[in-house]
Amino acid sequence: MAEIMTLKKKFEFLEHTADAYIAAYGKDLAEAFENAALAMFEVMTEVEKVNPEVEDYVELAAEDECALLYSWLEALLVKSEINRMFYSKFKVLSLDKTSDGFRLKAKVCGEKYNPERHPHKVGVKAVTYHRMEIIKKPNKVTVRFILDI
Amino acid sequence: MSGESRFPKEKVPLEKIDDYTWHIPKYKPGMRVPGIVFADKNLLEKMRTDRTLQQCTNVAHLPGIYKYSITLPDGHEGYGFPIGGVAATDYDEGVISPGGVGYDINCGVRLLTTNLSEQDIRPKLPQLTDAIFENVPCGLGSRRKDFRVTVHDLERLVMEGVQWVIDQGLGWSEDAEHCEEHGCMKNADPDKVSTTAKNRGLRQVGTLGSGNHFLEIQKVDKIYDAKTAKTFGIEHEGQVTFMIHCGSRGFGHQVCSDYLRVMERAVHKYNILLPDRELACAPGNSREAEDYYQAMACAVNYAFVNRQAIMHWVRQSFQQVFKEDPERFGLKLVYDVAHNIAKIEIHKINGERRKVWVHRKGATRAFPPGRPEIPADYRAVGQPVLIPGSMGTSSWLLVGTEKAMQISFGSTAHGAGRMMSRSAAKRRFWGGDVKKALEQRGISVRAASSVVLAEEADPSYKNVDIVVEVSDKVGIATKVARFVPLAVVKG
Repeated sequence: MAEIMTLKKKFEFLEHTADAYIAAYGKDLAEAFENAALAMFEVMTEVEKVNPEVEDYVELAAEDECALLYSWLEALLVKSEINRMFYSKFKVLSLDKTSDGFRLKAKVCGEKYNPERHPHKVGVKAVTYHRMEIIKKPNKVTVRFILDI
Repeated sequence: MSGESRFPKEKVPLEKIDDYTWHIPKYKPGMRVPGIVFADKNLLEKMRTDRTLQQCTNVAHLPGIYKYSITLPDGHEGYGFPIGGVAATDYDEGVISPGGVGYDINCGVRLLTTNLSEQDIRPKLPQLTDAIFENVPCGLGSRRKDFRVTVHDLERLVMEGVQWVIDQGLGWSEDAEHCEEHGCMKNADPDKVSTTAKNRGLRQVGTLGSGNHFLEIQKVDKIYDAKTAKTFGIEHEGQVTFMIHCGSRGFGHQVCSDYLRVMERAVHKYNILLPDRELACAPGNSREAEDYYQAMACAVNYAFVNRQAIMHWVRQSFQQVFKEDPERFGLKLVYDVAHNIAKIEIHKINGERRKVWVHRKGATRAFPPGRPEIPADYRAVGQPVLIPGSMGTSSWLLVGTEKAMQISFGSTAHGAGRMMSRSAAKRRFWGGDVKKALEQRGISVRAASSVVLAEEADPSYKNVDIVVEVSDKVGIATKVARFVPLAVVKG
């Protein structure tokens, strides 16, 4: 039963004393990464209120899958802060294994911060490796990670 | 949840030394030193519910670590190091780890005194709180239109620290002297900071941020050590003071993230075995260590500048509300201390003077009287130690001691330390109720986010009074004065 329920869920917030501990799910690694990004922005604001009207692209490489998740979330956090944007739609276009690690390309959509429409929850300071894990099962990938807030 | 986490909590063996001191023996082959925990029984019980003690044990694995890995009474689970963690490693043979500083480099606190009493300020309190909330940018993306820095400015401010911002007209000449490191850590080199970090930092100089950061108007609730209090400018109970708690914002967070990657490569290069990826480090005498230290110093200075700018806008708010020169109200900076930092210091270890990297992660330097690092006017009594409580509770001023030099590498606790998760706090509290409850106690509240109010509700934290009591009893910083809030401004 629990299995069926979590399949429908994109992500959930788990118990952690100081910060945001997140589990994100997907049928594959790409979808789990998309939902992880969605969860991170849900920490900052109410994602459903963010119109995916501006398009942007992210390209990155990392030595292993955990580092790829770290870099993916960090890239979005940096983009968000520097461009004063919230993102609400994420599409991983490709996620490939390379000779020295992994490479990811994604399209992300969102809009400029608008305090009138985007309730401000909590700023995310950083992505961390603490208790980060990627669990792969047939047709189901779970990623867990903690954001420093 | 699909499958159990592969990070189970381990049971860490503990031996009682006395009521406030616990010893973690070298029970794992990789531990180079034992662990030591300063806590009473209740604080210790709380630490056992998360990974605090396990992280204390992990830190004991760092190459070149001296004596023991220390967990302070406010210890709770962090990244790599526990928050409330201290470790000293040999300058040459040891390592420096960004995990021993944390993402919010030089997250810290400054305290200001006034010559006003509670009754002087009461009638104007709502107005003053509004003015501060208006003048100090709080919350996501907010900043002042009249304070913008260019990349060139940013590079100068991270090298020159507080003095740079005073030269811009945001402060008084004596402010720099009353900061740890005189508001400017040497060796800062902006070339060691990534463009990404600089871009994140550009728009955030002079902003409070969110989460546990706050600005409070407080009053002196009780004085414990009148002579020392007087030296620090605390004259009487009821005296109005200000506390500013924030850090290096996106700039510091990015420096940490960037160097975590550098250190990960260093771990492979120098073949260092570590129990946790977040403890990534490099040998003290390596290029990587030097680069990190110079970049970290930039973030340290960024945070000093950040708090200086915010303090200036507090003084400005006074001027707006009281229509008089802020100097007439005192508004003197007592001290500014770092809570997340690594320092090169000399400590006496087993009778010998040694140059070490002291990592203070959620810890406050607590130097004794006579030290040259302390401002001249305080040198006879010791270094002021500032320990903020959680929102709406008390905050503390303590003073550093010789005992701290002997047993905790000149360090003590830094705050209350969370004990309830943010999600649990949100289930239990609602931002509006938290605000109302504070207001019923006569505390004005202005917050950019009601979610933050719920998450930061007081019962989510350990009692700061008990944390301070343990510090005092152990003797690693002793009580000077306790403050309670009159108004709270939150990001």
